[in-house]
Amino acid sequence: MEFLQPASWTEALAMKAAHPEALPIAGGTDVMVDINFDRLRPAAIIDLTRVAELNDWGMDDGFLRIGAGVTYTRMIDELADRLPGLAMASRTVGSPQIRNRGTVGGNLGSASPAGDAHPPLLASDALVELASTSGSRRLPVREFYVGPKRNAMRKDELIAAFLVEPAKGPQQFSKVGTRNAMVIAVCSFAVALDSERHQVGTGIGSAAPTPVTAGEAETFMEAVLDDGRLWERPAPVASSALARFGELVAAAARPIDDVRGTAAYRTHALAVLARRSFVWAWDEYRRTASA
Amino acid sequence: MKAKPRLAPPSVVSGRVGDAVQRPDAALKTRGDFPYSSDLQVDGMLWGATVRSPHPYARILSIDADQARSMSGVQAVLTHEDVTGRNVYGLEIPDQPVLAVDVVRYWGEAVALVAADHPESARRAAHAVRVEYEVLAPLTDPEVALTDDAPRLHPDGNVTRRIKIRRGDQNPRADVVVTGEYEVGMQDQAPLGPESGLAIPDGEGGVDLYIATQWLHIDRSQLAGCLGLPPEKVRLTMAGIGGAFGAREDLSMQAHACMLALRTGRPVKIAYGRAESFVGHVHRHPARMRYEHGATRDGKLVYVKARIMLDGGAYASSSTAVIANACCFAVGPYECPNATVDGWVVYTNNPPCGAMRGFGSVQNCYAHEAQMDKLAAALGMDPVELRIRNAMETGSSLITGQVVDGPVPVAELLRRVRAMPLPPAVKSDHLELTQMPGGVSNTTHGESVCRGVGYAVGFKNVGYSEGFDDYSTARVRLSVVGGRPRVEVHTAAAEVGQGLVTVQAQIAGTELGVHDVIVLNADTQVGSAGSSSASRQTYITGGAVKTACEAVRERVLALAESELSELSRDGAGGSDGWRLENDSIVSPDGTAVITLATLLGEEVIEETREFRPRRTSRLDAETGQANAHMQYAFAAHRAVVDVDTELGLVKVVELATAQDVGKAINPQAVEGQLEGGAAQGLGLAVMEEIQVKDGVIRNPSFTDYLLPTTLDMPPVRMDILELGDPSAPYGLKGVGEPPAISSGPAIVAAIRAASGRSLSRVPVRPQDIVDT
Repeated sequence: MEFLQPASWTEALAMKAAHPEALPIAGGTDVMVDINFDRLRPAAIIDLTRVAELNDWGMDDGFLRIGAGVTYTRMIDELADRLPGLAMASRTVGSPQIRNRGTVGGNLGSASPAGDAHPPLLASDALVELASTSGSRRLPVREFYVGPKRNAMRKDELIAAFLVEPAKGPQQFSKVGTRNAMVIAVCSFAVALDSERHQVGTGIGSAAPTPVTAGEAETFMEAVLDDGRLWERPAPVASSALARFGELVAAAARPIDDVRGTAAYRTHALAVLARRSFVWAWDEYRRTASA
Repeated sequence: MKAKPRLAPPSVVSGRVGDAVQRPDAALKTRGDFPYSSDLQVDGMLWGATVRSPHPYARILSIDADQARSMSGVQAVLTHEDVTGRNVYGLEIPDQPVLAVDVVRYWGEAVALVAADHPESARRAAHAVRVEYEVLAPLTDPEVALTDDAPRLHPDGNVTRRIKIRRGDQNPRADVVVTGEYEVGMQDQAPLGPESGLAIPDGEGGVDLYIATQWLHIDRSQLAGCLGLPPEKVRLTMAGIGGAFGAREDLSMQAHACMLALRTGRPVKIAYGRAESFVGHVHRHPARMRYEHGATRDGKLVYVKARIMLDGGAYASSSTAVIANACCFAVGPYECPNATVDGWVVYTNNPPCGAMRGFGSVQNCYAHEAQMDKLAAALGMDPVELRIRNAMETGSSLITGQVVDGPVPVAELLRRVRAMPLPPAVKSDHLELTQMPGGVSNTTHGESVCRGVGYAVGFKNVGYSEGFDDYSTARVRLSVVGGRPRVEVHTAAAEVGQGLVTVQAQIAGTELGVHDVIVLNADTQVGSAGSSSASRQTYITGGAVKTACEAVRERVLALAESELSELSRDGAGGSDGWRLENDSIVSPDGTAVITLATLLGEEVIEETREFRPRRTSRLDAETGQANAHMQYAFAAHRAVVDVDTELGLVKVVELATAQDVGKAINPQAVEGQLEGGAAQGLGLAVMEEIQVKDGVIRNPSFTDYLLPTTLDMPPVRMDILELGDPSAPYGLKGVGEPPAISSGPAIVAAIRAASGRSLSRVPVRPQDIVDT
């Protein structure tokens, strides 16, 4: 196995161009597990931990541009005020040791349907910045996941960063696991309210071949909020509408039976998570709007 | 001088029976300096790897190792043809091949071995061994195993052991009858240290094996048979162990490493990773149980009928003893005049099952305690009151006819856990996610959270049963080192994390009145200690150490008497009542007669003794009547849970327990056992299960075999009773297993109370609670 260790982003891109089969590694919390389980024997590995550029984050034309190497711990410590949904998801990732190593960039690279960062990225319409020696492109995260553990990256590309607008309203993330910490999602759900555009964003994890959004549920709830002029005059959303929102979220999923849970349970739980997390977000909006 | 790997050095331990003494390896382990068996290494060492069956049941047509042998760095590839002794072993029934010959009976069964100069070379070579199989339809349903249509997996058929217990009236009538069917999933011991060891050939045909195991001598006797060597040519030394819980009672990589070392003439280490560990040791037997309880209207048990089916998997391991326990204790610690218990443990092509903490008493406790709650509901009685009304007491007879002597505080334990204050309700004005079902995963802020309280009580035997010769051996040596008396205790008893090193030191320190006690590392240079299982070592090896110390003390006092009578013939009062205390010989009035250092000088006093508890006898084949066990230990638990009834997620808020330990030799270690056992019980109740489909383990990793974390395991409120068993050394009772028996059933009872669900299967999954 060839071990490549670029010291700069330019060098990293050149190495990836020269070794398109090389597997990038940052925290190693997915890659090393696969290697240890003998599921993966990459011909080459590109260690990105020495590429300083990947560890930066800052504002970029109204977006937060966050380097692919920023760890979950830093998401929690440095960005919880601006990206509360992603910070909540980051808190549910693995153990403290894994959060110290693991990165959102790695989550995107693995593109596991169970990755905890995906639902909040979907709910906030994030962009993924992909780069190669021939330039870079920004892809809506909704178009990034193309299949189970498959994403839209070309062989010569690396993930440079992801871009997401600072929260324009309350965000929530909920995840069902069969223990109370350090657990892979049985299913998960994220909701992001955009009080400026009057939008409701959603993201579903671990309940379809890829992370998905619940478009019909978004449209339905946006209509409920608009029709009732609830953004302007915040009042509780009718329980029938909440129930319908939950049903539509559940309907957007395509879950399977596996060792972590049954399809029927996932469908049931998603409806509950969607209903509850929307209420928490909406209650927060009502409190802040009336304050 | 042969190369030796680094082991944890024995250190001086000071303390008396009843003191809370810290483990001598605590600091090493905390710093990460403790040499575990997976850390063993010597120069020139090879790495072994195991070729395993990818099928749960298949005929082996051919094995082609040519390519593997030709690979760079590969020193040996061995198959069943290279087994130099008997290619079979087993704790109770020798039915398991060291390497499969013509058939594999479970997924992951060892077929061939590789030794190479690097673990990666060994791994690749293992992949390159080509085994041609004719795949057979696996037998995976234990009920089917009983039928005539099932394939016979072993020459004597598929029933490993059948137990019948017949007590009293076999056609009893009762006012109130409740029935139930219960199922327990396959739990793993999940010791944090996977199987590993290092075999070093001695150049004269023998081998030294450094190994983390539970019983050095049974390993040795099985190894000697498999290797075709006399036992004295197979020497075992205990290496640093990372837990056991029953998983290390059977051989795993021992014979494999020794075979490779003897063949290559070089040291060979085998260290399993976690995934291999899941196929490298036996598991807790999955159980299906059908129960019928009959009682009078005022809540006295009239009869219990139970049918217990354990899936033993592909090989016998300890199955015959586990099914005996499951049946002997099928009713729980209750008086029951009439009982009909039918038990089977059968062979299937599922993973082999054997010993795990609780050993048959865990499975049946889920059933009998659920039945007691059901009966209480049918009678309109309080469930604790019903249990107290039927509780065994001293002089009660079991369904096996054995009259139980010594303290039997079943009612007392229940009263005590009931009387403990309940934890406060979760504060509704302040959201603390870690206190909620689902934890930081943020699934509820209080929605649909219901609290439930449940009780359970359980018991099991301490020590070996059914006539097995239970004994341990201790060598105790008293000498003077650097002007101070020092005691060295040498046994073959395995410290598996339970705290046996401090217990041995405390006993020697107490009996000989000496501060500096060193417990030597366990090995086969001293007689057998039996296994570190059945909650027996403090009793049996503790008893052996005590007995050997008494023999040493007798000689010391005799020496003192002869020396001092010559020195001072006018000594008033003579030697009557002299005792050993504070590194000296002390007269009854407390004055020092002479220091041990002065008395002994260069002299060394060494004694070796065996200790045996009272004998037991085998269950009658037709009636199951016998004095089958030598001591019984009891514990009760109360669980308080919060259940998110809409999502089916559980937060165990508190576990409370009362347990009679007879005498707490080391209270700190006792508390550790009570907490750890309760955690293991919690695991089985709500998350731990090896999921097997068509004979294949689907979750052989800690990603998907979930163990409780610190956010799952609540504080344990403990009431430790020291009632003193007159038949045991210091009055002690085995401590290790009872905490793992009734903790889980109490949790499930509490989940039932919170959710209203009947929950007949453990572990309880979210979908069981919400019924999707």
